[in-house]
Amino acid sequence: MHVKAKDLDDSTRAALAALGLELTELPEWTCCGAVFPLAQDNYMGMVAAARILANAAKLGDGRLVTVCSFCYHVLKRVNFAFRNRTEARNKLNEYLEEHYNGEVTLLHPLELIRDDVGFDVLQDRVYRRLKGLKVACYYGCTLSRPAEEMGFGEPENPTIMEELVAALGAEPVGFSWKTKCCGSYQVLNNAALAADRAQAVLEAASRQGAHVIITSCPLCRYNLERLPVGAAGKGESEARLPVLYFTQLLGIALQLPATTLGLDSHYLDALKEARA
Amino acid sequence: MTAEKKTVSIYVMGKQSEVPYGVTIMKAMEYAGYRFIRGCGCRGGFCGACGTVYRKPGNFRLKVGLACATMVEDGMHLTQIPFYPANKAVYNLEALEPTLGTLLKYYPEITRCLGCNQCTRICPQELPVMNYIATAQRGDIEATAHQSFDCIMCGLCASRCPAEIVQYNVGILARRLYGRHIAPRAKHLAERVDEIRAGKFDAELDRLMQMSKEELQKLYNARDIEQ
Repeated sequence: MHVKAKDLDDSTRAALAALGLELTELPEWTCCGAVFPLAQDNYMGMVAAARILANAAKLGDGRLVTVCSFCYHVLKRVNFAFRNRTEARNKLNEYLEEHYNGEVTLLHPLELIRDDVGFDVLQDRVYRRLKGLKVACYYGCTLSRPAEEMGFGEPENPTIMEELVAALGAEPVGFSWKTKCCGSYQVLNNAALAADRAQAVLEAASRQGAHVIITSCPLCRYNLERLPVGAAGKGESEARLPVLYFTQLLGIALQLPATTLGLDSHYLDALKEARA
Repeated sequence: MTAEKKTVSIYVMGKQSEVPYGVTIMKAMEYAGYRFIRGCGCRGGFCGACGTVYRKPGNFRLKVGLACATMVEDGMHLTQIPFYPANKAVYNLEALEPTLGTLLKYYPEITRCLGCNQCTRICPQELPVMNYIATAQRGDIEATAHQSFDCIMCGLCASRCPAEIVQYNVGILARRLYGRHIAPRAKHLAERVDEIRAGKFDAELDRLMQMSKEELQKLYNARDIEQ
């Protein structure tokens, strides 16, 4: 977030601050592991996330916000394990020498905005209505599944991002690939496969007339933006759409300077063009 | 009246020795007949050459200390780990850029950190080792440099790492990058170097060089001492 996805970090902080929500960074944090272990008893793979949660429980108001889809996925599932799986809770607490029981409430910024500001209030605070802009909301695979653990709305059809987009005055468009995987880390093993996935996401959004795709995940954005042109070797895609973080779109609607959103001018030009 | 206990029993690599009470591990081992050729340096707790791991009876926890600075205790089982095979990158500092890319080029294994925290638990300097690897992972070279600053390169962190990271070498790379490429240059130092090059102090040095031993002693004894 500080280096490779600085634009996501910057735009999240700036947009939330403009809405009166100030985030305080944890004084110490590590990588969450990025992948929730497939084996139920792989507690080693849960230790890093468990420590982050246990430390967060001692600070702030008991709420922990993270914007990256992978972090949200892993932290939420580990927190779920603390709350619901006795053996996981005991093993992790014994190893960490903590007494954590899942007290932290893990929030995605979308949930924070919905709960603390309200999409109806947000609607009145938007300075630049994004009228006429058709937005495809891309959740990818990690935000909403598994449904019981993530609690992020309908696992195949979450709508919280669409609610945000509507509050900004833009038009959310439904598309069939919105919770499918972008290819994720397969970009390292099999770039062509990931490129095909990303291409399919772009085409599905394009078919519904979207002008822009928004996402909350740095890896989704990387795959959607970089792969369809290069790795698949198919040349410039016809279905090429600008890919933004939802926080950048929010920042545009709140009329924050492009520099605080990590936005290159070509994105803004593309958006203007789309709405012309 | 019970007799004062003057010796304790320690186990060096499993071999029992009776050694005097109240001495360091290093002195006790020498008392028991061990002779240090390696694994012994400053004898003052700074150089990191004599990293030692030990356990005490009835306690599962692995403890560490420097042999020259840790007192023997009765029943202590110990061994020295004065050296640990480490991946040590060779680089030309002048040509490096202080970026995440540089850290990853020389030590890509830092991304393998599992967050187990064993490095922090073992560190005899009580440094936040896992945390400075986390800051390195996100390219915060300044934080890595500061947090690893008191590292004595004993290598015990690397001996415990399941991800095979060599934390202390990552730390020193970060400190070098910070010192050479990030920290603001000291203006006064550059000015003083220029003055020396211009010969400002040559006459004074020549005068000192001509002095007799007695004159130098007198001058030394009359020097200004900072309180």
